Amino acid sequence: MPELRNFTLNFGPQHPAAHGVLRMVLELDGEVVIRADPHIGLLHRATEKLAENKTWIQSVPYMDRLDYMSMMCNEHAYCMAIERLLGIDVPIRAQYIRVMFDEITRILNHLLWVGCHGLDVGAMTMVLYAFREREDLVDAYEAVSGARMHAAYYRPGGVYRDLPDRMAQYRESQWKSAAQIKPFNDRRSGSLLDFLDDFASRFPKLLDEYETLLTDNRIWKQRLVDVGVVSPERALQRGFTGPMLRGSGIAWDLRKKQPYEVYDRLDFDIPVGVNGDSYDRYLVRMEEMRQSNRILQQCIDWLRKNPGSVMSDNHKVAAPSREAMKTNMEELIHHFKLCTEGIHVPEGEVYSAVEHPKGEFGIYLISDGANKPYRLKIRPPGYVHLSAMNEMASGHMIADVVTIIGSQDVVFGEIDR
Amino acid sequence: MSATLEALSQILHKHLGDRLRSLKIAHDEVTIEVDAADYLSVMQTLRRERELGFEELIDLCGVDYSAYGNVPRQTRRFAAVSHLLSIANNWRLRVRCFCDDDAFPSVPSVTSIWNVADWFEREAFDLFGIVFPGHHDLRRILTDYGFIGHPFRKDFPLSGYVEMRYDPEQQRVVYQPVTIEPRETTPRIVREATYGKAENA
Repeated sequence: MPELRNFTLNFGPQHPAAHGVLRMVLELDGEVVIRADPHIGLLHRATEKLAENKTWIQSVPYMDRLDYMSMMCNEHAYCMAIERLLGIDVPIRAQYIRVMFDEITRILNHLLWVGCHGLDVGAMTMVLYAFREREDLVDAYEAVSGARMHAAYYRPGGVYRDLPDRMAQYRESQWKSAAQIKPFNDRRSGSLLDFLDDFASRFPKLLDEYETLLTDNRIWKQRLVDVGVVSPERALQRGFTGPMLRGSGIAWDLRKKQPYEVYDRLDFDIPVGVNGDSYDRYLVRMEEMRQSNRILQQCIDWLRKNPGSVMSDNHKVAAPSREAMKTNMEELIHHFKLCTEGIHVPEGEVYSAVEHPKGEFGIYLISDGANKPYRLKIRPPGYVHLSAMNEMASGHMIADVVTIIGSQDVVFGEIDR
Repeated sequence: MSATLEALSQILHKHLGDRLRSLKIAHDEVTIEVDAADYLSVMQTLRRERELGFEELIDLCGVDYSAYGNVPRQTRRFAAVSHLLSIANNWRLRVRCFCDDDAFPSVPSVTSIWNVADWFEREAFDLFGIVFPGHHDLRRILTDYGFIGHPFRKDFPLSGYVEMRYDPEQQRVVYQPVTIEPRETTPRIVREATYGKAENA
């Protein structure tokens, strides 16, 4: 009798369904996965070590590059940690702007997720629709920060600047005629808030469209239902947070349970799954987008009615205005100290977490009173979820591995850091 | 300080008793320190005791205290810091455990209590060289295959020791000593507590 051996397969690091640079060593018995061993770190940039050698402010753009699909949420946790160590208050308008952009980010992230997850599983159309809507939201990013991805918009003490009164317009070119660009420019005729209001009013309808493509689609259900089931007990053991935990039926959301910024003033619901399989996690994320849209609308209403400052007036932390700097000696000194030495954060340690689109994103900061962090530890949700890969994939067919990676919603910027 | 934190610290005192080295409340967070010898039993109590109910280990990381502040270090060099979360009671806790031996830092593994600790402990081992006895598969995780050293230690230079390039003659990727100089644009400054106060002028 010939000797039978399990087959070992290298999945990635250049696999289109690996969502980045994941190398996974799969041990297979026929087509059934016996063991999955993810090898990560191919994108390791030592963000935490770099941050120890940069001033507090200089690390803000590094945060964008962690989970590069939900940029502003990463900045949020980092800025919030510094603010808590400093004990400074953020103006209420800046808090609303942060919440609004957190929810925009959540929609951005989930749209990319549903598009790419669809691609992985074989629903090729989804990504085209998802990217159409993402375009409007990255335009909102661009309008406030000038960058479509790596915004660096949140700063300790508030946000970089107030929302713009007008949006950039498309121009006629040899590729696009005036008639073609008109519908795009019509939406961009007002302020950023008008533009987002228009988006928020269209978006629920568009979500319904996506659901007609996927939710009751037979192939979609055959690929997702009962794949990667995680019981609530196992979810807690494996440290799951966010949609992964809620998909397993535990109603835990930091925005409700440990509210930060102005989430306690807003009205929204937390969707919870029942079976803990990939399909439930899909449903949870789809509903989260609807809820984010509700929060977005509430923020737009509030921001329209309440103008005000968006940056702390503590100029030992936040840079003074250009005008004040040029006319006032005190502000000139603040500006000089901020630009040469940076802010000093009092000695102490703090852990601040936000409900990131992927789960709980936490920043653990230790300061020894210097102008640089002593230690920065990023708690990435994707890292934790991917560590459960072996458990989730064992016993499934090899094709389901792709579904499970997709439903974990992993991004390697944050896993490898 | 909120009543919840007060209640939590009382429950901690009740269940941990002498095993509690110190308990601090700052920035609305509770931090406890325990000895490495008691670490595992403390973590078991925190997980199993219903009143405490820490079902989730949110984070576990290594810290190297060797360059902390301007003053000579009073504590041991390495610590493992965990962040726990109780979903039932909606509270958090930070547990710090200093490693007894600076030359060979070691802390018992908590993977049997929270399975999620697996990768966190691998990471702390990889980046700081803290060993976790009881961990079944303590491999490097984030650094390159065959990497030497523990890069997040404070005595490891930011630019590292080796760099990688493609060698056209050998037609393969080779490692060589780094050719870049470390540079610091903004020096690290720890101001004394009285800095900038008008009465000291």
